[in-house]
Amino acid sequence: MDLYEYQGKELLRQFDIETLEGRVAANPEEAHAAAAELGGPVAVKAQVLTGGRGKAGGIKVVQEPEDVEEAARQILGMKIGDHTVRQVLVEAGADIASEMYLSILVDRAEKKPLILFSTEGGVDIEEVAETNPDSIVRIYVNPLLGLLPYQVRELVFDAGLEGDVAKGVGKVLNNLYRAFTESDASLVEINPLVATEDGRVLALDAKVTIDNSSLFRHRDIGEMHDIDAADPGEQRAQEAGLQYVKLDGDVGILGNGAGLVMSTLDVVAQAGGSPANFLDVGGGADAEKISEALDIVASNQQVNSVLFNIFGGITRGDEVARGLLSALEQSEIDLPIVVRLDGTNAEEGREILAENTPENVHTEETMLDAARKAVELAQNGSS
Amino acid sequence: MAILVDNETRLVVQGITGREGRFHTGRMVESGTNVVAGVTPGKGGQEYEGVPVFNTMEEAIEETGANASVIFVPAAFCADAIFESLDFDISTVCCITEGVPVHDMMKVANYLRVKDATLIGPNCPGVLSPGKTNASIMPNSIFTPGNVGVVSRSGTLTYQIVNELTQRDIGQSTAVGIGGDPIIGTDFIEILQQFEADPETDCVVMIGEIGGNAEQNAAEYVQSEMTKPVVAYIAGFTAPEGKTMGHAGAIVSGGDSTAEAKSEALQRAGIRAATNPSEVAELVTEALHER
Repeated sequence: MDLYEYQGKELLRQFDIETLEGRVAANPEEAHAAAAELGGPVAVKAQVLTGGRGKAGGIKVVQEPEDVEEAARQILGMKIGDHTVRQVLVEAGADIASEMYLSILVDRAEKKPLILFSTEGGVDIEEVAETNPDSIVRIYVNPLLGLLPYQVRELVFDAGLEGDVAKGVGKVLNNLYRAFTESDASLVEINPLVATEDGRVLALDAKVTIDNSSLFRHRDIGEMHDIDAADPGEQRAQEAGLQYVKLDGDVGILGNGAGLVMSTLDVVAQAGGSPANFLDVGGGADAEKISEALDIVASNQQVNSVLFNIFGGITRGDEVARGLLSALEQSEIDLPIVVRLDGTNAEEGREILAENTPENVHTEETMLDAARKAVELAQNGSS
Repeated sequence: MAILVDNETRLVVQGITGREGRFHTGRMVESGTNVVAGVTPGKGGQEYEGVPVFNTMEEAIEETGANASVIFVPAAFCADAIFESLDFDISTVCCITEGVPVHDMMKVANYLRVKDATLIGPNCPGVLSPGKTNASIMPNSIFTPGNVGVVSRSGTLTYQIVNELTQRDIGQSTAVGIGGDPIIGTDFIEILQQFEADPETDCVVMIGEIGGNAEQNAAEYVQSEMTKPVVAYIAGFTAPEGKTMGHAGAIVSGGDSTAEAKSEALQRAGIRAATNPSEVAELVTEALHER
């Protein structure tokens, strides 16, 4: 789960990391009021769960409070990637002496937290890695021991920091590691981390991702989730406990098991089609769940055909077929549906389907044939 | 032989009294596995599916000589259950549970480095050596004993591919589902090493997907260290960036994590790579003929 900048900063403040004072605004009037309250020049910053907002014009520095409304008007409603800006953060200014980069992430290969620091802040760390790799300090932390004092010293000295800035960065790092572990984050990134003219070190931006699997012990963070930012189908799937990702194509896809569904998407693309979504219905043959899943897939207006790829394992093919028939009765989809049933008792399952299915349902034996059929039906449907 | 679990395996089920634990214990017993004990704190002295239940792992091991465990306990308590297994010297631990927090798994994974044990999973179907031991939730009926090792990050994709192998009369030595989470106990390489050393295995099927760079590391290992042929399949070519595709670990986040990058690494290493699941069985047939 990704947090908005203002939410990430709230979290950092809970761990004693200093940020600039700011207010969230959902319309130009609120933005103006916020700027008047803060006084002086402010930054108006788009709140979106994606990168690249600076390049897209989603950050404007405004000298006079009366210009804030216009800036907010330009940013609110703006499209950045697939995201529409619905809120801005109005933030006080600061006298910046230097910009740095600091992040902690989960390194999958090492299975440890990895700290990245650079004296080059405000630009993409991937870019720094290419242009000035020597400026990046990397430190792995043993999660059983936590961040050790010598590691903090090492980072500070390796980066060539001195005086107040060295002290300030060390303090932020300790606090950020606490925020990372105690919030179950998979990423905390401060870019830029700035040193001010008066010697303070503070977080000018915050990118925080929380591990979804940990939300059971972070209810307060779970409540920050902005359900309205998700696609309506994804919202519905989430409520039904289904894994759904919307894509741009016209062949709706569902199946049991994440790997099998991913593979189905690939095979549809290889057959010349374009997948409309990913949906994993999980194990079992619960008719209600399958019917809800079919409805979610079909509610995407772009979908012209549906491919349902099932492998009967512990849940046998004949049970799956009966569940599917009852699901088809419950839902009112008239789109062409291709069912590919394989695995335990697959033949019995296919027979049951062949005898009882409505006209819009086609059964196929192999994944490739099913993909070809679904693509063909989608193309007929769109012409 | 086979790897990880075989005829010598004495299995203990952690979380045996829960719905999943009980159901799958029944299936494991039915497929001939020597399930010697179950553990659920507070339920000691009871019996489930004919298996005696103990309150602690220490007691279960003392009474039954269990040497492998399979874990069904809820995600919030999984790390604790794994630590309990490791502290009483269980040599193979399979954690089936999905949704174990990543920070818990980082601790477990680093503790494992000082232990002489193998953790499979979490968020995995487990390990099955056909005709010997089923320490898994995999459908036993689609497997048949043979000489092909299978290692995979995905459950149903494994079933799909194993089923097609079995239909062609190609049996399996052991199938290992290593799990779909970002941090797992055992990566491809450790399993490939074991298959390379296993006299019953002549060919290995490796099933990968988007996220991380375990496939690239595995490809390098196969090229430099393995004598047995490996057939690979990667899922997720059509996955968009930044979206979790079902498995918590299946996410494209730049560079190495894409299916293209993995596929290129496989090709560079000279590994046979299938473009769809059905092609795997064809490539395995080919590889076995060449030996």
